[in-house]
Amino acid sequence: MDMQVAKKKLGLKEKYQVMTRDLDWTPTYQKMEDIYPYVHYEGIKIHDWDRWEDPFRLTMDAYWKYQAEKEKKLYAIIDAYAQNNGHLNVTDARYINTVKLFLTGVSPLEYMAHRGFAHVGRAFPGLGPRVACLMQSLDEMRHLQTQVHAISNYNKYYNGFHDFRQWYDRVWYLSVPKSFFDDAITAGPFEFMVAIGFSFEYVLTNLLFVPFVSGAAYNGDMGTMAYGFSAQSDEARHMTLGLEVIKFILEQDPDNLPIVQRWIDKWTWRGYRVLTLVAMMMDYMLPKRTMSWKEAWEIYFEENGGALFRDLSRYGIRMPKCAETIALEKDHLSHQAWCTFYNYTAATAFHTWIPTEDEMQWLSAKYPESFDKYYRPRWDFWREQAAKGNRFYNTTLPMLCQTCQVPMLFTEPGDPTKICYRETDYEGMKYHFCSDHCKEIFEHEPEKYVQAWLPVHQIYQGNCFPEGTDPTAEGFDPLKAVLQWYNIVHGRDNLDFEGSEDQRNFAAWRAQATRNV
Amino acid sequence: MQIDLRTVTIKPLRHTFDHIARYLGTDKPVSRYLEGSIGIQPKDIFHYRPTWEPEREIFDEGRTKIRMKDWDALKDPRQFYYGAYTSARARQQDTAEANFDFVESRGLVEALPEEVRQAAIALLVPLRHLAWGANMNNAAVCAYAYAAMAAQAAIYQSMDQLGIAQYLTRIGLLLGDVEALSAGKQAWMNDPAWQPLRRYVEDSFVVKDPFELHTVQNLVLDGLLYPLVYDTIVDQVFAARGGAAIAMLTQFMTQWSAETRKWVDATLKAIVTESAENRSIVQDWVDAWLPRAKEALLPVSAIAVSEQAPALLDEVMEGFAQRLAKIGLSA
Repeated sequence: MDMQVAKKKLGLKEKYQVMTRDLDWTPTYQKMEDIYPYVHYEGIKIHDWDRWEDPFRLTMDAYWKYQAEKEKKLYAIIDAYAQNNGHLNVTDARYINTVKLFLTGVSPLEYMAHRGFAHVGRAFPGLGPRVACLMQSLDEMRHLQTQVHAISNYNKYYNGFHDFRQWYDRVWYLSVPKSFFDDAITAGPFEFMVAIGFSFEYVLTNLLFVPFVSGAAYNGDMGTMAYGFSAQSDEARHMTLGLEVIKFILEQDPDNLPIVQRWIDKWTWRGYRVLTLVAMMMDYMLPKRTMSWKEAWEIYFEENGGALFRDLSRYGIRMPKCAETIALEKDHLSHQAWCTFYNYTAATAFHTWIPTEDEMQWLSAKYPESFDKYYRPRWDFWREQAAKGNRFYNTTLPMLCQTCQVPMLFTEPGDPTKICYRETDYEGMKYHFCSDHCKEIFEHEPEKYVQAWLPVHQIYQGNCFPEGTDPTAEGFDPLKAVLQWYNIVHGRDNLDFEGSEDQRNFAAWRAQATRNV
Repeated sequence: MQIDLRTVTIKPLRHTFDHIARYLGTDKPVSRYLEGSIGIQPKDIFHYRPTWEPEREIFDEGRTKIRMKDWDALKDPRQFYYGAYTSARARQQDTAEANFDFVESRGLVEALPEEVRQAAIALLVPLRHLAWGANMNNAAVCAYAYAAMAAQAAIYQSMDQLGIAQYLTRIGLLLGDVEALSAGKQAWMNDPAWQPLRRYVEDSFVVKDPFELHTVQNLVLDGLLYPLVYDTIVDQVFAARGGAAIAMLTQFMTQWSAETRKWVDATLKAIVTESAENRSIVQDWVDAWLPRAKEALLPVSAIAVSEQAPALLDEVMEGFAQRLAKIGLSA
């Protein structure tokens, strides 16, 4: 046999280098700017894409192997959970409404992330970030599909799930998450990475994903818990990508700093406004609470985020300026949100309820500064009214913020008795905002935010009724027509939990499972 | 025998989601593939237009010349949703790993005739860059195609091509060394034999229409390249010259191309049977790119099989023409 010269042993880093980074080349038959047309217009300057440090070194063979193993385990749990009617083991049927919120408001974002990361992956001339983005694009397809598959079983037995795709597009409160992601994906590739990769995945994920997953664990929902935990191992990769992106951009050129800082300010606020739905979920919708919204904000943003921003201060990055406003809102956010949904639950695809006395005590203990003073009296009043047969469903439409699209329900910073209104003029029209931050975001890019499809405006313009509806006909009921167009089934998907079909069915099925009836 | 361990049997209120029931015209349980794919991509009520392409919506049918009444008709016969996809690839990866182990542990590389080893390095190593280009093109198909059916299969295809680039890198390291990789890159950049192919790929990078890109990359280029390089040159020519070990190392590519072809053909068949206009658009794409692909692959195959190249390419072309005919296109 011929003597082979001993081969050079490649280290892990070198091996990954030849497996990935070395595959790229500098094109000569087409111009770089024609192949990568989207990397310059945001003003971010990148001088050397090779300085990108790969946050994780995963080749495709290893990716397939790990992910297939995870999928196998996950689907075994999902199947067993469905087979055994695991849904009957949750603490209380009210819990199921949090899963409705998740499927309608969060899962569709996973799909948008899938397409968004494919787009930015293709847009970056650097091979390192491109591979990481494309791998994340692939992961996001996983998250969407495992969520749809796991929650599919709930849809078979409970209301409020059945038309989640259409609701995401049409329903008033779901335009909050939808417009958030539409905003990110229509931004340039670098802003998308700061918006989603950094602000959302890195800074805010513990306040979005984790509360749902731990809420599921606390409330006996094995199915949600399983896909949640399984996705967390992918999230760890996504988070390191988000952080690496920020560092890379900032290290490339000092001119990038003010642009990035503005994006961090904007996207922390945009993300936080979406989290309004999570805050009320944590404080009001989980029968067995994990922690309060306020505690979660303090631990995950003020403490952990504080450490992160101190770490980034060496690049000149400071804490997002909205943090002060958010600190003033943390005693009020969840209460104001749930009060609003309690009022508008005739037009929601989930049920609401008045907290029980036990739950109000928990809220008093968690919110000593605000609950007894501002919110308990409202619940007491509404409870009294409901007992007298005066359950009030608000059927008028709230004004929405032009930027975040949340109804104008938030109060002035520092004054929880006064609703906060801001407005600005642009090309002869008046635009309304929930806060200084949303106003500022609008004013920086008014040509973008004037395009927003605001559900309330659209209803008033007559764009949200079934085809052939005549709004001038006698006895025309606009809410009814809108619900038809949404395909929210009145009396099944909406209104109080108390007396709902979900409540009755759950009680009957659980009785079947636990007693000899 | 199956034992039903359920303690209660309750009657479901419905069997699937409404958007799926509307699509199928009936409320019945569906496969995980359909449940995770049909109608998943938003089609209207977009809040803002892309700042990177202000004349379009976020997802916009106008990005392609192809017109479809039902974009979900572009189904993947493999029924790949993420779970099915990774499970299939993990199995193939196991086989590939075993093959690499076998070749290495039995000293089969050292036993290769030198001329075959050199030919394999010269032919296969530069192809890692080509696979990388295919990764990029399929990322674009995923990003800009309309509806989840086509887009999800494209991200699978994209990452498969990255995997192939990495297998080819391992083959380069096994048959040669790091120097073999740099020599391969040199050839890809400068050797006249590779330039028409590199030009084809770079020209495809600026194709904006996602379904043109699908045709240019997945049908035309890969439709000739894989049968020529892997099925013909590696599996037959090299094997006949004592290089069967190389075929073990490229088994992933051979199997992969046979499998993905089903998806490529099914999607294009759905497109061209939709309308005469679609057929003529796709035919124009094939007419424009097929001669270039042939021309580009001739000098590349000559690297490994010299004067046999034209005959082998003709043979592959014959098979490809039959494949086109089945789709409803012509060579």
